[in-house]
Amino acid sequence: MKRLLSLTAVAVALAASSAQAQQVSVKIGVMSDMSSLYADIGGPGSTAAAKLAIADFAKSNPNVKVELVSADHQNKADVGSGVVNKWYDTENVDLVIDVPNSGVALAVSQIAATKNKVFIVSGAAASDLTGPKCNANTIHWTYDTWMLANGTGKALVKTGGDSWFFLTADYAFGHALERDTAAAVEANGGKVLGKVRHPLNTNDFSSFLLQAQTSKAKIIGLANAGGDTINSIKAGAEFGIVKGGQKFAGLLVFASDVNALGLATAQGLTLTETWYWDGNDNNRAWTKRWQTERAAAGKFPTMVQAGVYSGITHYLKAVASLKSGADGKAVVAEMKKLPTDDVLFGKGTIRADGRKIHDAYLLEVKSPAESKYPGDFYKVKATIPAAEAFRPLKDGGCPLVSG
Amino acid sequence: MFEIFGIPSQALFSQLLIGLINGSFYALLSLGLAVIFGMLNIINFTHGAQYMLGAFVAFLLLQHAGIGYWPALIVAPILVGLIGMVIERTMLQWLYKLDHLYGLLLTFGLALIIEGLARNYYGSAGLPYQMPDVLVGGYDLGFMRLPIYRGWVIVASLTVCLGTWFVIERTRLGANLRAATENPTLVRAFGINVPRMITLTYGFGVALAAFAGVMAAPIYNVSPQMGSSLIIVVFAVVVIGGMGSIMGAIVTGFGLGVIEGLTKVFFPEASNTVIFVIMAIVLLVRPAGLFGRRA
Amino acid sequence: MEQPVEAAITPLAPSISSRNWSEPLAFVVMVTVLAVAPLYIYPMFLMQALCFALFACAFNLLIGYGGLLSFGHALYFGWASYLAAHSAKVWGFPPELAILTGTLTGAVLGVVAGSLAIRRQGIYFAMITLALAQMMFFFALQMKFTGGEDGIQAVPRGRLFGMVDLADQGNMYITVVVIFLAGFLLIHRIIHSPFGEVLKAIRENEPRAISLGYKTDRYKLLAFVLSATLAGLAGSTKAIVLQIASLTDVDWPMSGEVVLMALVGGLGTVFGPVAGAFIIIAMQTYLAQVGQWVTVIQGVIFVVCVLLFRRGVIGELAAYLRIRL
Repeated sequence: MKRLLSLTAVAVALAASSAQAQQVSVKIGVMSDMSSLYADIGGPGSTAAAKLAIADFAKSNPNVKVELVSADHQNKADVGSGVVNKWYDTENVDLVIDVPNSGVALAVSQIAATKNKVFIVSGAAASDLTGPKCNANTIHWTYDTWMLANGTGKALVKTGGDSWFFLTADYAFGHALERDTAAAVEANGGKVLGKVRHPLNTNDFSSFLLQAQTSKAKIIGLANAGGDTINSIKAGAEFGIVKGGQKFAGLLVFASDVNALGLATAQGLTLTETWYWDGNDNNRAWTKRWQTERAAAGKFPTMVQAGVYSGITHYLKAVASLKSGADGKAVVAEMKKLPTDDVLFGKGTIRADGRKIHDAYLLEVKSPAESKYPGDFYKVKATIPAAEAFRPLKDGGCPLVSG
Repeated sequence: MFEIFGIPSQALFSQLLIGLINGSFYALLSLGLAVIFGMLNIINFTHGAQYMLGAFVAFLLLQHAGIGYWPALIVAPILVGLIGMVIERTMLQWLYKLDHLYGLLLTFGLALIIEGLARNYYGSAGLPYQMPDVLVGGYDLGFMRLPIYRGWVIVASLTVCLGTWFVIERTRLGANLRAATENPTLVRAFGINVPRMITLTYGFGVALAAFAGVMAAPIYNVSPQMGSSLIIVVFAVVVIGGMGSIMGAIVTGFGLGVIEGLTKVFFPEASNTVIFVIMAIVLLVRPAGLFGRRA
Repeated sequence: MEQPVEAAITPLAPSISSRNWSEPLAFVVMVTVLAVAPLYIYPMFLMQALCFALFACAFNLLIGYGGLLSFGHALYFGWASYLAAHSAKVWGFPPELAILTGTLTGAVLGVVAGSLAIRRQGIYFAMITLALAQMMFFFALQMKFTGGEDGIQAVPRGRLFGMVDLADQGNMYITVVVIFLAGFLLIHRIIHSPFGEVLKAIRENEPRAISLGYKTDRYKLLAFVLSATLAGLAGSTKAIVLQIASLTDVDWPMSGEVVLMALVGGLGTVFGPVAGAFIIIAMQTYLAQVGQWVTVIQGVIFVVCVLLFRRGVIGELAAYLRIRL
């Protein structure tokens, strides 16, 4: 697998290059969850996106030679940091990208800073990565918990969902998501009527949903992720939550989850994402290429995978501009200096705290009747402009900024 | 925490009912485990993966053969049961004379293989499985709205559980089975094909797990992990009920479902742990379990 | 009637003072390999493998020589790791005190869990250990200081005894090797001591040992506590080396992994767990590239080992060469 990837990348680079004066060489490592919970959110799809990014960049920049490797962190912080240490120390990897799973991402961010390499987070959500734990070697690309909380929370309150009940996964991530969303709801005039905390990886939500039903809140906020979210929504369909007039707000939901639920169950679910495959013609065209590369039936790219494409594109741009990928801090500084522009996320910028800024979209899942073709999941309820979508720079507590 | 002060009786009854429904899944699953352990002395760690297989086979039957939920309830357990029998014939039968440990390790390894393969080919997010239309909707019971499907779950699992108990404890076939495990040589002298009975029993236990899987498919996420999160809890149930006792597994399954349901109301964060606390206490006080025969 | 575990393992030759040459020779080989290895193999990998090797040896003490299958050994490993990480990072302990703190945590937890679990035998013993480990896993998930899903990160390596800077890989490596060898030798000493012989007697036939006047519960408890303490030592060292303590370390798949390591290496052999740990960690690290197959491969190894290589790699080697390892 690894050999195939490197061979492909080298072949592409060779094919695109003739005699050049300056060869810039970099090695990129896609580290993701290839085999468990987040494999559909990032996983092999991220590797596919990376290959597309490298191929596209090589077309116009034949003097940049890029090698690609990938690995599975299995959602374990020690496996992840072990692999990354080895990559940075012995395999000359310059950029690590993706890493869904905030715990692993935080660990890798530290390592990248210590070894002066580059780390672009696409998969993980922790807003601390651009807050107290920020550093000069890390960029947080696609989304974060603040954006999710504020996007969904604020937008829903503004469209009439002003009473909330939270179903929270009882661990740090769930608490953070609930806290941030509750703050956004209340700041915009809404009320939190109650909350209940469930253990992580709960199978059966009927009991918790009953409590949510009794509260009569207009919106049930799902401060959980993955299987927990899917189970909550499935149980919700059974207990007629949506029929009873309440709505679900998925605080961390991906297209792959909606695919797994099926539209009949997920219809009416509101969520925020920063990229959607069916959003415009560019996205659609790219998705076709991604599906060919990914070679797995019936899958659609998530915003995380699109973020990998976009992140690598901008990284390579910075490396080409500096003519070297060796100094991590310099590359990241260059990435912050250059405005971003790619076919998926359009124009944007990267702030001093490492936060990439782009628009976000409030999406609602269509009903089966409204869906015209496979993958037609969402209708766009609102666009949240980039300036408002992410936490204000001064509020983050990032030492790079306030210092 | 959302405190429901002085829980109104409505809320209490509804939580009890829900607990009972969850209990029926526990009962179905622990029944299979209890049958396999009670009859064969094997600790079947693969049970969770076989439950998952039941749900997956139901999904595949729908996808590729257009076989819907109702036929799948019979077909999927049979198919998975057959797989179980193959496992028993090719691998498990060599381990009967050895310590429990090896059976446990083998089935643990098998569980990893099955789960890993499922994940590689189908991803981890899960597969959609719709509820059959006949069962959609709910009854308004006054104190809560009971989804029809959940009512069906209770009925189906009670029937299967009591049916199994009846066959094993009250029929000639069951008696032969129990005798075969206590004294295989003697029973073989009577002309009964003991190895075949053992294979069939294992297959039956596995089929029970698969049946639970098909029942779960419309309401729980059909994912490769669905079994591994349940399996530990189900083990606790079986241990509490008494590892050889069929009735123990059934009663404990339902009972624990109710207790878990109540915990979810009063102390939701602990609802995962309460079963283990109870298990530790029971093991210390009554080592053979509540209904167990062997110490 | 169940046959105890060791009926499937090569029975150990009955001798009190082992005047055999194979074990010391193997030890010398091992030390030499460890001395030379960092020149060829990535040292972080070696250190990680050594921590797990110690963990597996501690586990093996209990099952291979005590006949007690603990299915919740991650409890001691993981919580020691948390305490060591926390004390180094938040309380500012130097590494040797942090490791000591973690090891003591393992010991204390071992006493508590052991006194509860020892009362039962066989599969019930295993189930109790599993239950206790699961309970403590949920505590770890909820308690603030463990950092929940994120774990405790950026644990400082510190200066050993105020002098040796452990951020230097070479120093860290030597420290880990010393700790590992100390633990290993301690286990070896335990196995070949009068205490160890009584333990084996209890494993073979407990009623007879009782009839001979031995207070078997006390022996079993002591073995349990020793095993837990050494698992704690392994966990604390790992926290300092990898600079992380996370939920993975207390979760039940970790308990399953240490069983796998001991099984693959060879239950009831001295060097087996070491080999087993290296094999499994190597597999995880070097197969991370094709990560989605790691679970399946682990499962296949389990199955193959149980069916065909019950004695484990070292056990088979020892049987083939007719020596003791």
